[in-house]
Amino acid sequence: MVVGLVSYGVYIPRYRIKIEEIARVWGKDPEPIIRGLRVREKSAPDIDEDTVTIAVEAARYSVKRAGIDPRRIGALYVGSESHPYAVKPTGTIVAEAIGATPHLTVADYEFACKAGTAAMQTCYALVKADMIDLGMAIGADVSQGAPNDALEFTAAAGGMAAIIGKGNDVIAEIEHTLSYTTDTPDFWRREGQPYPEHGGRFTGEPAYFKHIYNATKMLLDATSTTPEDYRYVVFHQPNGKFPMNVAKKLGFTEQQLLPGLVVGRLGNTYSASSMIGLAAVLDKAEPGDRILMTSFGSGAGSDTFSFVVRDTIEKIRVKEVPTVEELLSSPIYLDYALYAKHKNKIKF
Amino acid sequence: MREVAVVGVGCTRFGELWNRSLRDLVVEAGIEALEDCGVGGEEIDALFVGNMSSGQFTKQEHIGCLIADYAGLASFHIPSVRVEGACASGGLAMHQAFLAVASGYYDVVVAAGVEKMTDVSTEDATDALAAASDREWEGFAGATFPGLYAMIARLHMHRYGTTREQLALVSVKNHANAVHNPKAQYRRNVSVEDVLNSPIVADPLRVLDCSPITDGAAAVVLAPLDIASEYTDTPIRVKASACATSTISLHDREDITTLDATKEAAKRAYSMAHISPADVDIAEVHDCFTIAEICAIEDLGFCAKGEGGKMTEDGETEIGGKIPVNTSGGLKACGHPVGATGIKQIVEVVQQLRGEAGKRQVDGAELALTHNVGGSGGTAVVHILSR
Amino acid sequence: MSVPMFWREIPSRYNLSGSRCTMCGAYHYPARNICPKCRRSGKIEPYNFGGTGEVVTYTVVNTPAKRFEKYTPYILAIIKLDEGPKITAQLVCEPEDVKIGMRVRAVFRKMGESGERGIIYYGTKFVPA
Repeated sequence: MVVGLVSYGVYIPRYRIKIEEIARVWGKDPEPIIRGLRVREKSAPDIDEDTVTIAVEAARYSVKRAGIDPRRIGALYVGSESHPYAVKPTGTIVAEAIGATPHLTVADYEFACKAGTAAMQTCYALVKADMIDLGMAIGADVSQGAPNDALEFTAAAGGMAAIIGKGNDVIAEIEHTLSYTTDTPDFWRREGQPYPEHGGRFTGEPAYFKHIYNATKMLLDATSTTPEDYRYVVFHQPNGKFPMNVAKKLGFTEQQLLPGLVVGRLGNTYSASSMIGLAAVLDKAEPGDRILMTSFGSGAGSDTFSFVVRDTIEKIRVKEVPTVEELLSSPIYLDYALYAKHKNKIKF
Repeated sequence: MREVAVVGVGCTRFGELWNRSLRDLVVEAGIEALEDCGVGGEEIDALFVGNMSSGQFTKQEHIGCLIADYAGLASFHIPSVRVEGACASGGLAMHQAFLAVASGYYDVVVAAGVEKMTDVSTEDATDALAAASDREWEGFAGATFPGLYAMIARLHMHRYGTTREQLALVSVKNHANAVHNPKAQYRRNVSVEDVLNSPIVADPLRVLDCSPITDGAAAVVLAPLDIASEYTDTPIRVKASACATSTISLHDREDITTLDATKEAAKRAYSMAHISPADVDIAEVHDCFTIAEICAIEDLGFCAKGEGGKMTEDGETEIGGKIPVNTSGGLKACGHPVGATGIKQIVEVVQQLRGEAGKRQVDGAELALTHNVGGSGGTAVVHILSR
Repeated sequence: MSVPMFWREIPSRYNLSGSRCTMCGAYHYPARNICPKCRRSGKIEPYNFGGTGEVVTYTVVNTPAKRFEKYTPYILAIIKLDEGPKITAQLVCEPEDVKIGMRVRAVFRKMGESGERGIIYYGTKFVPA
C-alpha cells in the first residue's frame, strides 16, 4: 500500500532583516559573514505572529491545497523549539483552528531542528499501521538567536505542515525513512533561558555532518540506491555552506541541491528548515522524481526520507496556496530596532 | 398619565476633582437641586441615580442605597434605584423618574447622575468605558471608543464629504460656549488649528475631538405639574421622555453613520410632544466625539443626513444661530462624567428655559431638547421640555 | 478576559463560526441564540464563514485598548463578510494601503495575552486579499 505525503503547506512571515543590518548594530563587517554563511537575509515574524500562528497558517494551507476534510486527520504533531507555552500544546490550538478536533491525538514535539521530521515519521507509522486515515506533521519556529551571537544572523521564522496518508490521495510516496541518533550536546537551551547555547565549531563535524552523513548513507544502503538515483536532495539548512559540503561529501551535485536550498533568502527556520526545502522542491517536482531529504536536529539526530513524486502532484498545485517562491517574494525589511521589538527582545 | 415638571436643578463643577468622592459629588448636586426649589428631604418619594460604572471606577455597587444614605435619607427608607445604560445612564434615570411621577405612583422624585472617574488611572478609566461596547465582539478585536467613533467619522467623510475642519468646528463652538459656563471642565477657547494639531487618538479623531474623563454630578427634582407652583415660579414642563435601543455593536447597524436609536427616540419624543424638529429652539446633544454631534443633529432631524458638517460650518448651531446646540459646552468642553451627563443636559435646558443661563442665554428659548446616548448608539434617550 | 470567557468562543474566534437562520436565510456572526428577524419562529443552525469580505470603514488606533499596547498603532476596521454580516476586526497592512471597499481575507494571529504568566489570546485578523 502506498503511504506518503498527501499535501503540504508553507507559511513564511512577510518581514526580513538583512545580515548587514544586524552586523551594523554589533560593529561587525558584514561581507565575510555573508560569504561565510551564504545567507543574505532572514525572515522575522510580525509583532502578532508566533510559532502557533505560523503553524496554523501552514496547516490551513496544507488542508486547502488538497481540499482535505480536516475531520479525517487522526493525529497532529507540532515540532518546534519555540512553542509559546512550556506546558500546553501548540498542537491543540492548531487542531482547533483547522477544524480537526475532537477525534484525533495531538502532542508537541521537541528535537531542535528535526522535531518536524520526527513528527512526519510518527504520522507515517500511524498511517502505515492503519491506525489513522491522515496525519499532520508540522515543523514551525520563531527561532531566537542571542544578541551579538553568530546564530542571530540566521535564526529565522517559518513553518511547514505535511499531511500524510495512503492510497490514491498520495502525491509523493515515502519509500523509506530511518534515523541516526546519538547523545551529542552540540546546541541546547535550558528551561527558562531565552536564548540557546551552542558549541561553536563543535556543531560541525561531530554533529551536523556526522548525523546527516550517516543517516543518508544508511538510507542509500537500505534502499540500494546511489545519489544518481535522486533528482533532488534536501538537507537541513542552518546556513548555505553546510548543506553544500555534506552534499559533496555524499556525492550529490549542486544541481540536485540548489532547488531546495532556500536558506540564503530565508535564514534557518529550525524545525521547518528541511521541510520548507522539501516544499520548495515539491512546488516544482515532476511525477517520477525521486527526492531525498535528511534533516538534522541538535542533541543530536537526523531523520532521512526517500520520496517518489506521483502523477497526482499536479492536482494539488492550486493558486490560492502560495509556493515557497511566492512566500519569499515581496519582503518587508525591518531595521534592528523594529526587529528586536517584533522578536520580543525588548522587555517591557 | 399626568403632566410632569422640573422644579429644581443642581450641578457640581465638572473636572478632575481629587478632593471630592462619588458621595461628595452627588450629595452636593442633590442639595443644590433641593435648595433650588425648597423641597425638604422628607418630601422626596423616590430617587433614581444614573451611573455607568461605580463598580469599575470605585469598586462600589449598590449606590442607589449608598447615595440615599449619604444624602441623609436613610431614616425615610425611600426607594432608591441605580439606573445604567452606559453614557445614557443619566437620561435613563430622568426617564425612570418621569415615569414614576407621570404614572401617579410617586409625587416628588429626584433624578440624579454621578460619575467619579479619576480614582483609577486613565488607562483603567478608558477600559471601563469600553464596557459600553460589545466586549466580546468589538473589545476583543482591540476596539476603543475613539476607534469606533473614528470609523463612523471616516465613513461619514467618505460618503458625505464631511471635512476634518467641520468636525473641528464642533469642538471650537462647544469650547466657546463653555467659556460662559462656570461649571464647565474646560473654560478656554480652542481654534480649528488647535484641534487639527492635537495628537491623533484614532484617525481621523484627535485629542480635541474627544470628550474628556471627568468627575461630576447633577440632580433635578421632578413633581407633578399641578403642584409644581408650590416649589417654583418657573416650573418647566417635561413634554416628552422617550428612549430606544439599537444593536450594541456598531458593526451590526444597518447604516454605520446613522444612530437608529437616536432617530427612534426622537420620533417618539416629537410625537409625544406634538412637535417637529423645526420647533426646537435649543438642544443639548451627545457630543462624546465631534462626529457624534454631527450625526446627532442629522438623526434628530435638525438637518438632512450628511448635512451635519455643513450645518455646523454655517454657524447654525452656535448661540445666535438657527438652533443653538450644546450651550453648556457639551460633553467636549463641559466634561463628561458619564452617568451625570444626561441629567446635566436637563439642568442646562431648564436654566435656558427659565432665562437663567447668563452669558450663554439663548433669547426667547421656549422649547428645548436633550439627547443622551449610550455606547456607540446602543441606547438613546430624548427629552423635550418647555416653558 | 477570563479563561472560560475566552475558551467558550474559541470556534468563533479561530474559525469565524457563526450561525444562520434557515427560516429567513440570514447569517449571523457571532452565532445568535435567537434570530433577530424571526425570533422564536426562526431555526438557528451553525455556519462557518469563508473569511472573505470587504472593508466598510476603518481607523488607525494610536491610543490602544488595554492589552494592545505592544501592537500600536493598529488598524481597526468594520468588514462586511461576503455572506452578509459585518464584523469588527484588525487589518494587517500599511495604513496608507487601506481603502474603503478593499477585498480582504481572514488570517490567524495573536490577539494579546493575559500578562507574562497568563494565557495567550489567538483570533482572526484580516489581510488584503
